[in-house]
Amino acid sequence: MAEHVVRTARGIRAGRARGSLQRKESRAAYLFLLPWIFGFLVFTAGPMVASLFLSFTDYSVVRPSEPVGLANYQQLFDDPRVAKSLSNTFVYAALFVPIGTVVALGLAMLLHKVGRAKGLFRTVFYLPVMTPAVAAGAMFLLLLNGQTGLVNQVLGWFGIDGPNWTTDPAWLKASLAMVSLWTVGGTVVIYLAALNNVPKQLYEAAMLDGAGAARRFFHVTLPMISGALFFTVITHTIAAMQMFDQAYTMFYGPQQKASASDESLVYMVYLFQNAFQFFKMGFASAMAWLLFVIILVITVIQVKVGNRLVYYEGDR
Amino acid sequence: MRLRNFVAVGAVALLAGCAGVGGGGTSGGGGGAASGGASGGGEFSGSPTGTLRIMGFGGEDEVAQARVAAFKAAYPKVDVSQTKGSFDAQQFLTALASGNPPDVVYMDRNLVGTYAAQQAIVPLESCVTGQQVDTSQYREAALKTVTLGGKLYGIPEFYVVVVNLIDGKALADAGLQTSDIQTKDWQALKQTSDKLHQAKGGKISAIGFDPKLPEDFPLWAMANGADLIKEDGSPNLNDPKAVEALDFAAGLVKEQGGWASFKAFRDAHDIFSENNPLSAHAVAAFPMENWYVNVLRDFIPKGLKLQSTSFTDHDGKPVSTVGGNAWVIPKGAKNPLAACAWAKTMTSKETWLKAADARIAKVKADKSFFTGLFTANKPADEEIKAKYLKDVPDPGFEQAINNYYATLDVAKALNASPAGSEIDAAWRSAAEKVLTGMPAQSALDQAQKEAQAAYDKARKNG
Repeated sequence: MAEHVVRTARGIRAGRARGSLQRKESRAAYLFLLPWIFGFLVFTAGPMVASLFLSFTDYSVVRPSEPVGLANYQQLFDDPRVAKSLSNTFVYAALFVPIGTVVALGLAMLLHKVGRAKGLFRTVFYLPVMTPAVAAGAMFLLLLNGQTGLVNQVLGWFGIDGPNWTTDPAWLKASLAMVSLWTVGGTVVIYLAALNNVPKQLYEAAMLDGAGAARRFFHVTLPMISGALFFTVITHTIAAMQMFDQAYTMFYGPQQKASASDESLVYMVYLFQNAFQFFKMGFASAMAWLLFVIILVITVIQVKVGNRLVYYEGDR
Repeated sequence: MRLRNFVAVGAVALLAGCAGVGGGGTSGGGGGAASGGASGGGEFSGSPTGTLRIMGFGGEDEVAQARVAAFKAAYPKVDVSQTKGSFDAQQFLTALASGNPPDVVYMDRNLVGTYAAQQAIVPLESCVTGQQVDTSQYREAALKTVTLGGKLYGIPEFYVVVVNLIDGKALADAGLQTSDIQTKDWQALKQTSDKLHQAKGGKISAIGFDPKLPEDFPLWAMANGADLIKEDGSPNLNDPKAVEALDFAAGLVKEQGGWASFKAFRDAHDIFSENNPLSAHAVAAFPMENWYVNVLRDFIPKGLKLQSTSFTDHDGKPVSTVGGNAWVIPKGAKNPLAACAWAKTMTSKETWLKAADARIAKVKADKSFFTGLFTANKPADEEIKAKYLKDVPDPGFEQAINNYYATLDVAKALNASPAGSEIDAAWRSAAEKVLTGMPAQSALDQAQKEAQAAYDKARKNG
């Protein structure tokens, strides 16, 4: 009995000590999170709330805002360029997300096989991510020039008459997707980390069972890195829907605005034009919220579908 | 699993938040000093002191530096603080919204109407009175683009006009004369362009006549007798004469391989390099602005044979649109007095003469020649021309410079409009659509509808 009481007392003391430790750890965690929380509230949540408010106003930045009810949201349906820019953005995303994923995965698998100079190759593939989007856009305008560009010269060696990537309206979105591939290095690094985490025993077991390279890829590699794939598909989709830099640099910057086609008008560029060139900050805010809702819906669908397909270690 | 869903959706919220447009409160502007005010001079009277903050002015070359030096010499108590780089609408608007605008801004004159309508910039009547700015010295066409509702909103600076520049070698190779590059008879121009255009293996190797679309659509419309913006600032994009002009000019492009190939070929030639369209014999002729002869001069030793004709209407009279920048004072500028003194000094005859001196010194140092200085200050232009423009050793350049000077007094500006930016975007988009196959009438009808809606809204808000 006495022994039981002593054990209970020790248990209570240990429990109290654990509780105290947990509280200390929680405090420390919140302390470390504080700068991020502050940044989120001030630089993200605050502007989001402000833009929601502004979306119900006629606001030109210069003059006080005036409430207009749902007029800006009504205009989203009346303005044909909203639909056009959304459609352009969807096409771009539909091109970039799958191609970007496949290219990044291909490169990551190549890098995974590299023995010597592994670090060097990883650095080389990641370097383009560090290149400013403006510089990349200007460079690709030269590379993709339909008449004198290097890309079409190389295609010509194989008897392919390349298109006018940057001037033919039918190819503008494809050229934007190609330019975006330039920065796929960040995704390559994520995939490489995921590939490194795939247990070697699984491959050995599959090989013993007679699985070839293709079956090992589809039945071992893909399921084991599906978490990383899922994450990048979601972030790529969001990034694609918000694409601005490349399109603006290539087709709407000070030098290019003279000949910008509506076929290259992506949603964020049109939003920017409304906000800063046409003084329609209220309408631009409504555009931003429409985009937010669209991205939210797409992501919820992706999450629902992804949960059926993605394998997480530790899941039942 | 639920937690993961929540985190994923939360991540979307965070990332999509980047799409949110920054607010900036609801009051705008910020109650700075500059307000335009009455026309008695008021805040613009006296001698300026303090700091003058300038936005949108590169000011790298000797012409700019000489004028900055002239201002500093005239107003030693003013500390000039300059943000390098060209005008950036986002930078300007955010500065206004934060209540911390620059004191003076250098912007395209075509934008002035839009910014004036939004009350982002102040009328300059008080500035003109307070600093005794002689507006009669400025060219009428330049003043027109910076005047909205009878009020002056900008002090005009350079004066950009257009004539045809021609690659003499391409012309000689095709057995043509300089006079064949003309815009009086459009059918004859089309035939000339066909003769000069070359293609090899389905790819363009030389453009005949480049109509410089979409940007020069107002020029073609003007040559055909149409103004894209009416006197009252409303759009006139689907004027039958404008439709006809766009149809013809776009036809020149279609006849030379179509827009996609034409533009790709044109884009492959950097106008500032040795590979410029004329030196590289890539474009036989095109309408081009007056500043470009100063660039081309460097390529004479490398074989450039420049020729020139005026861009004319169907009667053979020179026509040109007018471009250039202006100095404007934002609402809420902290030192409007210094801003007004700056705008006056930078555009006065005396300052332009100092700038011309600096250019001549540079030209002599480079063992080159003077190609003219084209300003919105007419007396300054005339004096500079008489004093310095004497020995142009290249007859082609001499002809081009003379054509530019002959065009100055006949050039016309687009009328200012409170919806100038949107009208501009509408006609550019229409021209692009026509170049890619849409009939000119449909494209310009649609553009007119969009521009009219923007104009009506701007008028209503104004």
